[in-house]
Amino acid sequence: MSDQNTNPRTEWPLWEIFIRGQHGMSHRHVGSLHAPDAEMAIKNARDVYTRRNEGVSIWVVEAEKITASSPSDKGPMYEPSQSKVYRHPTFFDIPDDVGAM
Amino acid sequence: MYAQMVKSENTDSGPELDAFQARIDAGEKIEPKDWMPAGYRKTLIRQISQHAHSEIVGQLPEGNWITRAPTLERKAILLAKVQDEAGHGLYLYCAAETLGVSRDELTEMLLDGRMKYSSIFNYPTLTWADIGAIGWLVDGAAIMNQVPLQRTSYGPYARAMVRICKEESFHQRQGYDIMMKMAQGSEAQKRMAQDALNRYWYPSLMMFGPSDKESVHSAQSMKWRIKINSNDELRQKFVDQTVPQAEYLGLTVPDDNLRLNPETGHYEFSEPDWTEFFEVLNGNGPCNKERLEARNKAWDDGQWVRDGMMAHARKKAARAAASKVAAE
Ligand SMILES: [Fe+2]
Ligand SMILES: [Fe+2]
Ligand SMILES: [Fe+2]
Repeated sequence: MSDQNTNPRTEWPLWEIFIRGQHGMSHRHVGSLHAPDAEMAIKNARDVYTRRNEGVSIWVVEAEKITASSPSDKGPMYEPSQSKVYRHPTFFDIPDDVGAM
Repeated sequence: MYAQMVKSENTDSGPELDAFQARIDAGEKIEPKDWMPAGYRKTLIRQISQHAHSEIVGQLPEGNWITRAPTLERKAILLAKVQDEAGHGLYLYCAAETLGVSRDELTEMLLDGRMKYSSIFNYPTLTWADIGAIGWLVDGAAIMNQVPLQRTSYGPYARAMVRICKEESFHQRQGYDIMMKMAQGSEAQKRMAQDALNRYWYPSLMMFGPSDKESVHSAQSMKWRIKINSNDELRQKFVDQTVPQAEYLGLTVPDDNLRLNPETGHYEFSEPDWTEFFEVLNGNGPCNKERLEARNKAWDDGQWVRDGMMAHARKKAARAAASKVAAE
Protein backbone atom coordinates (compact mmCIF):
# COMPACT_ATOMS: atom_id res chain seq x y z
CA MET A 1 0.00 0.00 0.00
CA SER A 2 2.65 2.54 0.97
CA ASP A 3 4.47 1.39 -2.15
CA GLN A 4 1.50 2.36 -4.30
CA ASN A 5 1.02 5.63 -2.48
CA THR A 6 4.52 6.86 -3.12
CA ASN A 7 4.73 5.61 -6.70
CA PRO A 8 4.36 8.76 -8.83
CA ARG A 9 3.09 6.63 -11.72
CA THR A 10 -0.08 5.64 -9.88
CA GLU A 11 -2.84 7.00 -12.05
CA TRP A 12 -6.31 7.73 -10.71
CA PRO A 13 -8.71 5.08 -11.99
CA LEU A 14 -10.84 5.72 -15.06
CA TRP A 15 -14.60 6.19 -14.61
CA GLU A 16 -17.28 6.02 -17.27
CA ILE A 17 -19.85 8.79 -16.93
CA PHE A 18 -23.58 8.50 -17.63
CA ILE A 19 -25.90 11.49 -17.51
CA ARG A 20 -29.66 11.90 -17.53
CA GLY A 21 -30.68 14.90 -19.61
CA GLN A 22 -33.58 17.11 -18.63
CA HIS A 23 -36.40 15.41 -20.44
CA GLY A 24 -37.29 12.16 -18.71
CA MET A 25 -34.62 10.32 -20.67
CA SER A 26 -32.47 7.35 -19.67
CA HIS A 27 -28.93 7.94 -18.51
CA ARG A 28 -26.63 8.12 -21.48
CA HIS A 29 -22.90 7.54 -21.75
CA VAL A 30 -21.12 10.86 -22.27
CA GLY A 31 -17.44 10.00 -21.81
CA SER A 32 -14.98 9.19 -19.10
CA LEU A 33 -12.65 10.84 -16.62
CA HIS A 34 -10.12 10.04 -13.92
CA ALA A 35 -10.88 10.36 -10.21
CA PRO A 36 -9.58 8.79 -7.01
CA ASP A 37 -13.01 7.52 -5.95
CA ALA A 38 -16.69 7.53 -6.88
CA GLU A 39 -17.52 10.65 -4.92
CA MET A 40 -14.82 12.67 -6.65
CA ALA A 41 -15.78 11.13 -9.99
CA ILE A 42 -19.26 12.63 -9.56
CA LYS A 43 -17.83 16.03 -8.63
CA ASN A 44 -15.47 15.97 -11.59
CA ALA A 45 -18.26 14.81 -13.90
CA ARG A 46 -20.29 17.80 -12.81
CA ASP A 47 -17.47 20.13 -13.90
CA VAL A 48 -16.49 18.28 -17.06
CA TYR A 49 -19.85 17.19 -18.47
CA THR A 50 -22.56 19.51 -17.10
CA ARG A 51 -21.22 23.04 -17.40
CA ARG A 52 -24.36 24.05 -19.29
CA ASN A 53 -27.15 22.25 -17.46
CA GLU A 54 -26.75 19.11 -19.55
CA GLY A 55 -28.04 16.87 -16.82
CA VAL A 56 -30.17 16.29 -13.76
CA SER A 57 -28.52 13.06 -12.61
CA ILE A 58 -25.07 11.50 -12.92
CA TRP A 59 -23.96 7.87 -12.73
CA VAL A 60 -20.29 6.95 -12.48
CA VAL A 61 -18.98 3.42 -13.02
CA GLU A 62 -15.39 2.34 -12.74
CA ALA A 63 -14.35 1.52 -16.31
CA GLU A 64 -12.75 -1.79 -15.41
CA LYS A 65 -16.02 -3.02 -13.86
CA ILE A 66 -17.82 -2.83 -17.20
CA THR A 67 -18.15 -6.00 -19.24
CA ALA A 68 -18.76 -5.37 -22.92
CA SER A 69 -19.81 -7.67 -25.73
CA SER A 70 -17.13 -8.19 -28.31
CA PRO A 71 -17.64 -6.78 -31.81
CA SER A 72 -16.57 -10.09 -33.40
CA ASP A 73 -19.59 -11.76 -31.74
CA LYS A 74 -21.86 -9.40 -33.62
CA GLY A 75 -23.06 -12.10 -36.04
CA PRO A 76 -23.87 -15.00 -33.68
CA MET A 77 -24.97 -12.64 -30.91
CA TYR A 78 -27.75 -10.91 -32.82
CA GLU A 79 -28.56 -13.50 -35.48
CA PRO A 80 -31.41 -15.15 -33.52
CA SER A 81 -33.49 -11.99 -33.71
CA GLN A 82 -32.89 -11.52 -37.42
CA SER A 83 -34.84 -14.66 -38.33
CA LYS A 84 -37.88 -13.63 -36.30
CA VAL A 85 -39.43 -10.99 -38.51
CA TYR A 86 -42.86 -11.77 -37.03
CA ARG A 87 -41.79 -9.84 -33.96
CA HIS A 88 -42.40 -6.67 -35.97
CA PRO A 89 -45.99 -5.45 -36.44
CA THR A 90 -45.44 -4.91 -40.17
CA PHE A 91 -45.22 -8.69 -40.62
CA PHE A 92 -49.01 -8.91 -40.45
CA ASP A 93 -51.38 -7.72 -43.16
CA ILE A 94 -54.47 -6.25 -41.57
CA PRO A 95 -57.26 -5.03 -43.91
CA ASP A 96 -57.78 -1.27 -44.00
CA ASP A 97 -61.43 -1.82 -43.05
CA VAL A 98 -60.38 -2.92 -39.59
CA GLY A 99 -59.27 0.60 -38.80
CA ALA A 100 -56.36 1.75 -36.63
CA MET A 101 -54.45 -1.10 -35.02
CA MET B 1 -4.60 23.18 -36.82
CA TYR B 2 -4.71 22.08 -33.21
CA ALA B 3 -3.18 18.93 -34.63
CA GLN B 4 -0.62 20.19 -37.12
CA MET B 5 1.58 18.08 -39.38
CA VAL B 6 0.38 14.80 -37.93
CA LYS B 7 2.45 12.07 -39.52
CA SER B 8 0.29 9.18 -40.59
CA GLU B 9 1.58 5.63 -40.31
CA ASN B 10 1.67 3.45 -43.31
CA THR B 11 -0.39 0.46 -42.78
CA ASP B 12 -0.58 -3.28 -43.15
CA SER B 13 -2.61 -4.82 -45.95
CA GLY B 14 -4.91 -7.80 -46.31
CA PRO B 15 -8.57 -8.73 -46.36
CA GLU B 16 -9.16 -7.27 -42.89
CA LEU B 17 -7.89 -3.96 -44.16
CA ASP B 18 -10.21 -4.00 -47.15
CA ALA B 19 -13.17 -4.71 -44.91
CA PHE B 20 -12.07 -1.90 -42.61
CA GLN B 21 -11.75 0.57 -45.48
CA ALA B 22 -15.16 -0.51 -46.78
CA ARG B 23 -16.71 0.32 -43.40
CA ILE B 24 -15.15 3.77 -43.46
CA ASP B 25 -16.25 4.37 -47.05
CA ALA B 26 -19.78 3.39 -46.07
CA GLY B 27 -19.69 6.09 -43.38
CA GLU B 28 -19.70 3.63 -40.48
CA LYS B 29 -18.08 4.63 -37.21
CA ILE B 30 -15.14 2.65 -35.91
CA GLU B 31 -15.50 1.94 -32.18
CA PRO B 32 -12.76 1.19 -29.61
CA LYS B 33 -13.08 -2.60 -29.59
CA ASP B 34 -13.38 -2.95 -33.39
CA TRP B 35 -10.47 -4.26 -35.42
CA MET B 36 -8.39 -1.42 -36.84
CA PRO B 37 -5.04 -1.24 -38.64
CA ALA B 38 -2.09 -0.46 -36.37
CA GLY B 39 -1.37 2.63 -38.46
CA TYR B 40 -4.88 3.99 -37.98
CA ARG B 41 -4.59 3.53 -34.22
CA LYS B 42 -1.15 5.11 -34.01
CA THR B 43 -2.01 8.08 -36.19
CA LEU B 44 -5.19 8.73 -34.24
CA ILE B 45 -3.40 8.58 -30.89
CA ARG B 46 -0.96 11.16 -32.20
CA GLN B 47 -3.63 13.41 -33.68
CA ILE B 48 -6.14 13.29 -30.82
CA SER B 49 -3.44 13.77 -28.18
CA GLN B 50 -1.91 16.69 -30.02
CA HIS B 51 -5.35 18.23 -30.15
CA ALA B 52 -5.88 17.55 -26.42
CA HIS B 53 -2.49 19.01 -25.51
CA SER B 54 -3.36 22.12 -27.52
CA GLU B 55 -6.55 22.64 -25.55
CA ILE B 56 -4.63 22.32 -22.28
CA VAL B 57 -1.64 24.49 -23.21
CA GLY B 58 -4.09 26.88 -24.89
CA GLN B 59 -5.36 27.84 -21.45
CA LEU B 60 -2.07 29.54 -20.64
CA PRO B 61 -2.07 32.58 -22.97
CA GLU B 62 -5.65 33.43 -21.99
CA GLY B 63 -5.16 32.52 -18.35
CA ASN B 64 -2.57 35.29 -18.34
CA TRP B 65 -5.39 37.86 -18.42
CA ILE B 66 -7.93 36.37 -16.02
CA THR B 67 -6.67 38.38 -13.07
CA ARG B 68 -6.42 41.55 -15.16
CA ALA B 69 -9.67 41.46 -17.13
CA PRO B 70 -11.10 45.00 -17.35
CA THR B 71 -14.42 44.22 -15.61
CA LEU B 72 -15.80 41.57 -13.30
CA GLU B 73 -18.13 40.39 -16.07
CA ARG B 74 -15.26 40.05 -18.56
CA LYS B 75 -13.34 38.14 -15.93
CA ALA B 76 -16.19 35.69 -15.30
CA ILE B 77 -16.65 35.17 -19.05
CA LEU B 78 -12.95 34.56 -19.65
CA LEU B 79 -12.80 32.18 -16.72
CA ALA B 80 -15.71 30.18 -18.19
CA LYS B 81 -14.05 30.16 -21.60
CA VAL B 82 -10.75 28.90 -20.24
CA GLN B 83 -12.58 26.30 -18.16
CA ASP B 84 -14.26 25.07 -21.36
CA GLU B 85 -10.81 24.60 -22.92
CA ALA B 86 -9.80 22.42 -19.97
CA GLY B 87 -12.99 20.43 -20.63
CA HIS B 88 -12.09 20.10 -24.31
CA GLY B 89 -8.71 18.71 -23.34
CA LEU B 90 -10.38 16.16 -21.08
CA TYR B 91 -12.95 15.03 -23.69
CA LEU B 92 -10.09 14.46 -26.12
CA TYR B 93 -7.78 12.70 -23.67
CA CYS B 94 -10.54 10.25 -22.87
CA ALA B 95 -11.10 9.64 -26.60
CA ALA B 96 -7.36 8.96 -27.00
CA GLU B 97 -7.40 6.60 -24.02
CA THR B 98 -9.96 4.36 -25.75
CA LEU B 99 -7.15 3.55 -28.21
CA GLY B 100 -5.08 1.91 -25.48
CA VAL B 101 -2.78 4.67 -24.25
CA SER B 102 -2.83 5.90 -20.64
CA ARG B 103 -3.44 9.46 -19.52
CA ASP B 104 -0.15 9.61 -17.66
CA GLU B 105 1.78 8.45 -20.72
CA LEU B 106 0.16 11.21 -22.76
CA THR B 107 0.93 13.81 -20.12
CA GLU B 108 4.54 12.71 -19.87
CA MET B 109 4.96 12.87 -23.63
CA LEU B 110 3.71 16.45 -23.61
CA LEU B 111 5.89 17.42 -20.67
CA ASP B 112 9.12 16.03 -22.09
CA GLY B 113 8.45 17.41 -25.56
CA ARG B 114 7.88 14.11 -27.36
CA MET B 115 4.38 15.23 -28.31
CA LYS B 116 3.48 18.59 -29.77
CA TYR B 117 0.69 21.10 -29.37
CA SER B 118 -0.48 23.82 -31.75
CA SER B 119 2.09 26.45 -32.72
CA ILE B 120 -0.40 29.25 -31.98
CA PHE B 121 -0.14 28.92 -28.21
CA ASN B 122 3.54 29.87 -28.26
CA TYR B 123 2.72 33.51 -28.90
CA PRO B 124 2.41 35.95 -26.00
CA THR B 125 -0.75 37.82 -24.96
CA LEU B 126 0.57 41.34 -24.52
CA THR B 127 -2.65 43.34 -24.17
CA TRP B 128 -6.32 42.77 -23.39
CA ALA B 129 -7.08 43.07 -27.12
CA ASP B 130 -5.10 39.86 -27.64
CA ILE B 131 -7.81 38.03 -25.69
CA GLY B 132 -10.33 39.39 -28.18
CA ALA B 133 -8.12 38.42 -31.12
CA ILE B 134 -7.63 34.89 -29.78
CA GLY B 135 -11.35 34.23 -29.34
CA TRP B 136 -12.16 35.73 -32.72
CA LEU B 137 -9.27 34.36 -34.81
CA VAL B 138 -7.83 31.36 -32.96
CA ASP B 139 -11.12 29.84 -31.87
CA GLY B 140 -12.51 30.85 -35.26
CA ALA B 141 -9.78 28.89 -37.02
CA ALA B 142 -10.27 25.97 -34.64
CA ILE B 143 -13.99 25.88 -35.45
CA MET B 144 -13.21 25.67 -39.19
CA ASN B 145 -11.27 22.50 -38.50
CA GLN B 146 -13.44 21.00 -35.80
CA VAL B 147 -16.84 21.24 -37.46
CA PRO B 148 -16.00 18.73 -40.22
CA LEU B 149 -14.23 16.48 -37.68
CA GLN B 150 -17.62 15.82 -36.08
CA ARG B 151 -17.98 13.40 -39.01
CA THR B 152 -14.63 11.70 -38.51
CA SER B 153 -14.54 7.89 -38.69
CA TYR B 154 -13.48 7.18 -35.11
CA GLY B 155 -16.58 7.19 -32.88
CA PRO B 156 -15.15 8.55 -29.60
CA TYR B 157 -13.26 11.29 -31.47
CA ALA B 158 -16.35 12.31 -33.44
CA ARG B 159 -18.44 12.45 -30.26
CA ALA B 160 -15.83 14.55 -28.46
CA MET B 161 -15.90 16.93 -31.42
CA VAL B 162 -19.67 17.28 -31.23
CA ARG B 163 -19.41 18.38 -27.59
CA ILE B 164 -16.55 20.73 -28.37
CA CYS B 165 -18.26 22.37 -31.32
CA LYS B 166 -21.34 23.10 -29.22
CA GLU B 167 -19.14 25.16 -26.90
CA GLU B 168 -16.86 26.87 -29.41
CA SER B 169 -19.21 29.45 -30.82
CA PHE B 170 -19.46 31.07 -27.39
CA HIS B 171 -15.66 31.35 -27.49
CA GLN B 172 -15.54 33.04 -30.84
CA ARG B 173 -18.38 35.40 -30.05
CA GLN B 174 -16.91 36.52 -26.73
CA GLY B 175 -13.68 37.30 -28.60
CA TYR B 176 -15.41 39.29 -31.31
CA ASP B 177 -17.41 41.11 -28.66
CA ILE B 178 -14.15 42.26 -27.05
CA MET B 179 -12.85 43.35 -30.46
CA MET B 180 -16.03 45.36 -31.18
CA LYS B 181 -15.74 47.14 -27.87
CA MET B 182 -12.08 47.97 -28.46
CA ALA B 183 -12.56 48.98 -32.10
CA GLN B 184 -15.36 51.37 -31.12
CA GLY B 185 -13.41 52.70 -28.17
CA SER B 186 -10.78 55.40 -27.70
CA GLU B 187 -7.91 55.91 -30.16
CA ALA B 188 -5.63 53.97 -27.85
CA GLN B 189 -8.09 51.07 -27.72
CA LYS B 190 -8.41 51.04 -31.51
CA ARG B 191 -4.63 50.95 -31.85
CA MET B 192 -4.53 48.06 -29.41
CA ALA B 193 -7.14 46.14 -31.41
CA GLN B 194 -5.27 46.76 -34.68
CA ASP B 195 -2.00 45.71 -33.06
CA ALA B 196 -3.56 42.46 -31.82
CA LEU B 197 -4.86 41.70 -35.32
CA ASN B 198 -1.43 42.49 -36.77
CA ARG B 199 0.30 40.06 -34.44
CA TYR B 200 -2.29 37.25 -34.55
CA TRP B 201 -3.22 37.24 -38.26
CA TYR B 202 -0.35 35.19 -39.68
CA PRO B 203 0.02 32.86 -36.69
CA SER B 204 -3.72 32.12 -37.13
CA LEU B 205 -3.19 31.28 -40.81
CA MET B 206 -0.36 28.97 -39.74
CA MET B 207 -2.76 27.01 -37.55
CA PHE B 208 -4.00 25.15 -40.62
CA GLY B 209 -0.50 23.86 -41.36
CA PRO B 210 1.50 24.17 -44.58
CA SER B 211 -0.04 23.34 -47.91
CA ASP B 212 -0.66 19.61 -48.02
CA LYS B 213 -1.18 19.23 -51.76
CA GLU B 214 1.63 16.72 -52.09
CA SER B 215 1.54 15.26 -48.61
CA VAL B 216 1.27 11.48 -48.44
CA HIS B 217 0.23 11.71 -44.80
CA SER B 218 -2.77 13.81 -45.67
CA ALA B 219 -3.83 11.40 -48.39
CA GLN B 220 -3.78 8.45 -45.98
CA SER B 221 -5.54 10.41 -43.24
CA MET B 222 -8.22 11.52 -45.66
CA LYS B 223 -8.76 7.95 -46.81
CA TRP B 224 -9.28 7.02 -43.17
CA ARG B 225 -11.55 10.04 -42.63
CA ILE B 226 -9.53 11.37 -39.76
CA LYS B 227 -8.81 14.41 -41.87
CA ILE B 228 -11.72 15.74 -43.87
CA ASN B 229 -10.49 18.86 -45.69
CA SER B 230 -7.11 19.95 -47.00
CA ASN B 231 -5.18 22.59 -45.08
CA ASP B 232 -5.44 25.05 -47.97
CA GLU B 233 -9.17 24.55 -48.30
CA LEU B 234 -9.75 25.38 -44.63
CA ARG B 235 -7.36 28.32 -44.67
CA GLN B 236 -9.18 29.81 -47.66
CA LYS B 237 -12.51 29.35 -45.92
CA PHE B 238 -11.14 31.06 -42.82
CA VAL B 239 -9.83 34.06 -44.77
CA ASP B 240 -13.09 34.41 -46.70
CA GLN B 241 -15.06 34.44 -43.49
CA THR B 242 -12.72 36.62 -41.44
CA VAL B 243 -11.86 39.50 -43.78
CA PRO B 244 -15.39 40.96 -43.82
CA GLN B 245 -15.45 40.64 -40.01
CA ALA B 246 -12.26 42.70 -39.81
CA GLU B 247 -13.79 45.27 -42.16
CA TYR B 248 -16.85 45.50 -39.94
CA LEU B 249 -14.55 46.32 -37.04
CA GLY B 250 -12.83 48.98 -39.14
CA LEU B 251 -9.52 47.16 -38.79
CA THR B 252 -7.01 46.40 -41.52
CA VAL B 253 -5.80 42.88 -42.22
CA PRO B 254 -1.99 43.21 -42.31
CA ASP B 255 -1.58 41.96 -45.88
CA ASP B 256 -0.91 44.29 -48.84
CA ASN B 257 -1.69 41.48 -51.28
CA LEU B 258 -5.14 40.84 -49.89
CA ARG B 259 -7.82 41.26 -52.55
CA LEU B 260 -11.15 39.75 -53.43
CA ASN B 261 -11.00 37.89 -56.72
CA PRO B 262 -14.33 38.80 -58.34
CA GLU B 263 -14.23 35.73 -60.56
CA THR B 264 -13.72 33.10 -57.86
CA GLY B 265 -15.44 35.03 -55.10
CA HIS B 266 -12.49 34.14 -52.86
CA TYR B 267 -9.84 36.33 -51.30
CA GLU B 268 -6.26 36.11 -52.49
CA PHE B 269 -3.82 36.51 -49.65
CA SER B 270 -0.16 36.20 -48.64
CA GLU B 271 1.15 32.98 -47.20
CA PRO B 272 2.49 33.17 -43.67
CA ASP B 273 6.21 32.80 -43.08
CA TRP B 274 6.62 29.03 -43.01
CA THR B 275 10.15 29.26 -41.66
CA GLU B 276 8.71 30.92 -38.59
CA PHE B 277 6.09 28.17 -38.35
CA PHE B 278 8.68 25.38 -38.33
CA GLU B 279 10.82 27.29 -35.83
CA VAL B 280 7.85 27.61 -33.48
CA LEU B 281 6.84 23.99 -33.97
CA ASN B 282 10.39 22.90 -33.20
CA GLY B 283 10.41 24.70 -29.89
CA ASN B 284 11.89 28.07 -30.82
CA GLY B 285 8.82 30.31 -30.67
CA PRO B 286 8.53 33.29 -28.34
CA CYS B 287 6.88 31.33 -25.50
CA ASN B 288 7.61 27.62 -26.05
CA LYS B 289 9.91 27.39 -23.09
CA GLU B 290 7.58 29.28 -20.78
CA ARG B 291 4.57 27.14 -21.78
CA LEU B 292 6.29 23.82 -21.17
CA GLU B 293 7.75 25.07 -17.92
CA ALA B 294 4.29 26.11 -16.74
CA ARG B 295 2.84 22.68 -17.60
CA ASN B 296 5.73 20.88 -15.92
CA LYS B 297 5.41 23.01 -12.82
CA ALA B 298 1.67 22.38 -12.61
CA TRP B 299 2.25 18.64 -12.95
CA ASP B 300 5.02 18.56 -10.33
CA ASP B 301 3.24 20.86 -7.89
CA GLY B 302 0.06 18.79 -8.21
CA GLN B 303 1.75 15.47 -7.45
CA TRP B 304 1.14 15.60 -3.70
CA VAL B 305 -2.52 16.41 -4.30
CA ARG B 306 -3.00 13.47 -6.66
CA ASP B 307 -1.15 11.16 -4.26
CA GLY B 308 -2.97 12.48 -1.23
CA MET B 309 -6.39 12.05 -2.76
CA MET B 310 -5.56 8.51 -3.86
CA ALA B 311 -4.33 7.67 -0.35
CA HIS B 312 -7.49 9.15 1.14
CA ALA B 313 -9.68 7.14 -1.25
CA ARG B 314 -7.90 3.91 -0.33
CA LYS B 315 -8.15 4.61 3.37
CA LYS B 316 -11.85 5.37 3.07
CA ALA B 317 -12.45 2.17 1.10
CA ALA B 318 -10.50 0.14 3.66
CA ARG B 319 -12.45 1.70 6.53
CA ALA B 320 -15.77 0.99 4.82
CA ALA B 321 -14.72 -2.63 4.26
CA ALA B 322 -13.64 -3.02 7.90
CA SER B 323 -16.87 -1.61 9.30
CA LYS B 324 -18.83 -3.92 7.01
CA VAL B 325 -16.94 -6.93 8.42
CA ALA B 326 -17.51 -5.69 11.98
CA ALA B 327 -21.24 -5.37 11.33
CA GLU B 328 -21.59 -8.91 10.01
FE1 LIG C 1 -11.34 24.30 -27.38
FE1 LIG D 1 -9.45 26.49 -28.35
FE1 LIG E 1 -12.31 27.42 -27.75
